[in-house]
Amino acid sequence: MEAYLAAIGIVVLINVLLALGLTLQYGRTGLINFGHVGSFAIGAYASALLALQGVPLVICFIAAAVLAALAAWPIGLISLRLRDDYFAIVTLGFSETVRIVITSERWLTNGIQGIPGVPRLYERIGVGLPAQLAVLATLVVVVLIAAAVIQRIAKSPFGRVIEAIRDNEEAVKALGKDPAGFKIQVLMVGAALAGVAGAFYAHYITYIVPDQFGPIVTFYTWMAIIIGGVGRISGALVGTAILMLFLEGSRFIKDVIPGIPEIEMASIRLGVIGIALILFVTYRPQGLMGDYTRR
Amino acid sequence: MSLAVRHVSKAFGGFRALDDVSLELEAGALFGVIGPNGAGKSTLFAVMSGFLPADSGEILLDGKDIAGLAPYSRAHSGMVRTFQVPREFRHLTVRENLMVSAPGQTGENLINLFTRPGQIRRDEDRIAGEVRSILEFLRLTDVADLPSGSLSGGQKKLLELGRALMVSPKLVLLDEPFAGVNPVLIAALTERIRELNTRGIGFLIIEHDLSALTKLVPQLAVMDRGRIIARGAPGKVLEDPVVREAYLGGAS
Repeated sequence: MEAYLAAIGIVVLINVLLALGLTLQYGRTGLINFGHVGSFAIGAYASALLALQGVPLVICFIAAAVLAALAAWPIGLISLRLRDDYFAIVTLGFSETVRIVITSERWLTNGIQGIPGVPRLYERIGVGLPAQLAVLATLVVVVLIAAAVIQRIAKSPFGRVIEAIRDNEEAVKALGKDPAGFKIQVLMVGAALAGVAGAFYAHYITYIVPDQFGPIVTFYTWMAIIIGGVGRISGALVGTAILMLFLEGSRFIKDVIPGIPEIEMASIRLGVIGIALILFVTYRPQGLMGDYTRR
Repeated sequence: MSLAVRHVSKAFGGFRALDDVSLELEAGALFGVIGPNGAGKSTLFAVMSGFLPADSGEILLDGKDIAGLAPYSRAHSGMVRTFQVPREFRHLTVRENLMVSAPGQTGENLINLFTRPGQIRRDEDRIAGEVRSILEFLRLTDVADLPSGSLSGGQKKLLELGRALMVSPKLVLLDEPFAGVNPVLIAALTERIRELNTRGIGFLIIEHDLSALTKLVPQLAVMDRGRIIARGAPGKVLEDPVVREAYLGGAS
């Protein structure tokens, strides 16, 4: 049971990292990033492949963050001059491109067969509860650092500019500041967080295939921040926790209500999440933790 | 800062929004542009501030062609515009709207956030001081900590002017500063503009509404259908039969 709870904790915190990146990008800056999973995938594959070459895991994780951020840079250059909705389409295209490249470049990624045997973190401790708790503790520290960094950014002159960009980009230009530069930086920081999340994911699951990096990952992250309260760090945490607990918890519905086949159960879970999301945006659009702009 | 607009044209499809427009403004001028709706005034502003490219002609700031400069570079070089419909950063407070407008802040660099906190704090203190004096100057101190989205239309126009002032402009382009503003605030705004002008800041003001503008500016130009049809002192220009025909139309 403890091992199961630790596992849930790990999954939640990995997704919190993703949500924190999107909190900065969308919540604070207004960037509609529908391609978050692309950065997650780059981080996961980069770290896994490097680790299998015997590179120390710390360096693998740093590489995951750096590569994910670098991959976001050209997206920013190409598309940040586009209108919001076109930007959203381009980012979705980015993440799908990443997934298709991973699927087809078999020499590097082993295609749809995926990469088995990705080294675990703290392998020396073994695979039991102690190792899991060590991973969990590491994630807690990393999430706290990420949250502190985002908090620092949000409360700074930089944070003020990105909020101004979200409210009115043209006015920012008229006042002598180039929004594109700020948006590219935000995109890269958010991507770096997603990259680190991807690395944790790869080394925790130990077996990665392209199918794990579909758009649904991006949209779960969106749901999490909408449920929690867009733009709030606490919202990213609470929203992710609730969403993940529900996704996990609904596995047990079949014990309570017997007679539903596993495949239909998956659809029911998605349906329930959809309904919950509709109810949320209808009755509590500011999210559980409230609208952060009301200070 | 002197401004020269020379033979600027801009068409949208077949519609000539600007048709060979020329204007000369000396440094520190106080100049108005009037004209009926659709005369091309706002297009002229958009072209001057770099939000729209001109089809032909040139725009010179202090004698230098600025055709290739992005809007933010033009603002940087001292020519700052406001918008007809106020574009306040509505989730930010009035004070934050002004703080964010200060140029060249150390804390706008992500690396600096983690390496130079002391310098950022000093910057913030200095900017906060500037903001306080602008808030007082514009009589916005009482609403300083309200979200700017909750201001009245007139207060938003004052805020737009305040944000422009934060950039230390040499020339301010005001797009219909009096539209939708109550008479008391119009008087205040007029007085502020005049005072700033005596400090050497140039103003180019577009207005649809004549009465406030003609009292403020010593010189103006009249636009109609993309062309400048008259220019000179307000009293003289408004007597011009061509202007009366175009601007006042059927009313006279």
